Amino acid sequence: MSSVISLTDIRRVFIMGDQQFEALKGVSFDITTGEFVAIMGASGSGKSTCMNVLGCLDPPTSGRYLLDGLDVGGMGTNELADIRNKKLGFVFQGFNLLARTPAVENVELPLIYAGLGSRERRRQALIAMEQVGLAGKENNHPSQLSGGQQQRVAIARALVNNPAVILADEPTGNLDSSTSEEIMNLFTALNRQGITIIMVTHEHDVAAFAGRQITFRDGRIISDSLTTATV
Amino acid sequence: MDFIQTLKIALRALRTNKMRSFLTMLGIIIGIAAVIAMMAVGSGASYVISQQIASIGSNIILVIPGSTTSGGLRTGSGGAQTLSSDDARSIGTDCPSVAYAAGTVRASGQIISGNMNWSSVIMGGTPELFEIREWPVVSGRAISQQDEDGAIKVCLLDQTVAENLFGSADPVGSIVRIKKIPFTVIGILERKGQSPQGQDQDDAVFVPLRTAQRNLVRSQRTGIVSAIIVKAKSEELIDKAEKEIQMLLNQRHRITAAKEPDFTTRNLSEILAVAEQSAKAMSLLLGAVASISLIVGGIGIMNIMLVSVTERTREIGIRMAIGAKKNDILLQFMTEAVLLTMLGGLIGIALGAGGATGVSRFLGWPTMISIQSITIAFLFSAAVGIFFGFYPAKKAAGLNPIDALRYE
Ligand SMILES: Nc1ncnc2c1ncn2[C@@H]1O[C@H](COP(=O)(O)OP(=O)(O)O)[C@@H](O)[C@H]1O
Ligand SMILES: [Mg+2]
Repeated sequence: MSSVISLTDIRRVFIMGDQQFEALKGVSFDITTGEFVAIMGASGSGKSTCMNVLGCLDPPTSGRYLLDGLDVGGMGTNELADIRNKKLGFVFQGFNLLARTPAVENVELPLIYAGLGSRERRRQALIAMEQVGLAGKENNHPSQLSGGQQQRVAIARALVNNPAVILADEPTGNLDSSTSEEIMNLFTALNRQGITIIMVTHEHDVAAFAGRQITFRDGRIISDSLTTATV
Repeated sequence: MDFIQTLKIALRALRTNKMRSFLTMLGIIIGIAAVIAMMAVGSGASYVISQQIASIGSNIILVIPGSTTSGGLRTGSGGAQTLSSDDARSIGTDCPSVAYAAGTVRASGQIISGNMNWSSVIMGGTPELFEIREWPVVSGRAISQQDEDGAIKVCLLDQTVAENLFGSADPVGSIVRIKKIPFTVIGILERKGQSPQGQDQDDAVFVPLRTAQRNLVRSQRTGIVSAIIVKAKSEELIDKAEKEIQMLLNQRHRITAAKEPDFTTRNLSEILAVAEQSAKAMSLLLGAVASISLIVGGIGIMNIMLVSVTERTREIGIRMAIGAKKNDILLQFMTEAVLLTMLGGLIGIALGAGGATGVSRFLGWPTMISIQSITIAFLFSAAVGIFFGFYPAKKAAGLNPIDALRYE
């Protein structure tokens, strides 16, 4: 199987005034198409920073990042926006849906920027909503949905453009344990359909759903294992 | 992203905060309404003046007795009896740029028909007068050269005079007494209507010049006229005709460098054209003053757009994360600003037009709303949106997606 993601010696240095802070101190890993990876680690260990690099939201200070065979380094902001639009799907801890906007239009959002016509957008958005089990909730505004349902809308939005990878930063962080389990079951189901998922979490029982766990500490990877870690 | 979609997003954003959108628009509404109303009043004024120009006839030069000094007319001018019928005839025949010249005298007095009487202006004029003023006869006939040469006691009546003396009966052929002297009515002049200032222009009686000179006005010498009305052959020839008249009269009156001219020529259309220009300048000035309020409105738009960008930082972050380019965000906020100002512009145009109509109805001022001023106002409101929306939109587009997503 080919690597959908390949990081080589990624570093990210934050400069605050005269202080420097290296949040990623040389991170390298490859992720193969169809994997379900959990990124673990204590708070402040660099998980989100790494996700931002993977999400083409934040360029690394140095290192090489190949996404779906493309070298992302040196791309301009417009090219990166295109990559995010076509190759990536985001799921955030805080859902990050547009308020006062019907669920289905939230799901359509990436397709708007992809330049699809309104009919085709609606068709694909409805398919994605059905995939996450939200058929019938198309016209509900986020405020009319439960936390779990909102996260499903966010997952549908991440799915809708058939991305190479779905990136989820603490997707269950705002959810209770039974809702968390529902969302993880959904991720597992999607992964079985062949979708590559990279998920940040600091909860072991959430991470247990993934087939591979990468653990960070102080900006470095301290373990990368295919077996489910013991608690 | 297609334009319709951008428009939809902008409309939704404006609808979310209806009250705020309206208050923001208010500045533009007031500004545009003021511009439209001011331009309407200004162009109404210049329209009145151009009507006045039309009503005195085109390409007219007036020759009156007395000289001008640099300060204006000398005292006693107009009263001096220095112009004659021969001067008028000579201008008509010897000045190549002149089409017609008519000597005129003026008197006022009672006109009596049976037991009816009416006080009016009595004008004596040669037949050319009616060519110059472009006053057609609607019933009967005009004053002829024979009437003039023979000093025949015939007269033409204006409609107001005819109505007051004869009611609805046809006066042609009747006898009226002008200053107790009997005259035969030979025709009625076409109705000229009210002057732009609201004066009745149909209240005069016309008789042949020579008849008037002999019977109705008193003068030291025979053949004196109180004014000569001249029509130049064309608009381009007005200045030339004026020079020719001055040369001719200087010669005829033996005016030398040592002797001041005893006559004055005035180009009426020119005087009014100057007035028209100053009215136009006035309307531009009023428009400029009103557009200051547009700028104030524009600053209001900018202020609210900046607030809106801050409030929607997270939304901007989400859009950027899922693929919006800087230009998409820029366009979205610009569209919102321009939509605000254009909507405000449309409402302002309606209000301004309504206001101008009200002014002309209740204050009696002439107003005129041109398509041109509406177009300019509309484009201007769009321009205000583009100008004042750009900075906030640029700020939104320049946000870093990570910071924007993390914004609380
Ligand atoms: N924009 C930034 N500027 C400065 N320091 C940052 C910035 N983003 C993250 N950091 C620092 O980098 C480290 C890793 O942060 P992060 O990747 O968010 O950790 P986590 O593993 O909890 O997601 C933290 O110490 C954090 O303070
Ligand atoms: Mg984090």
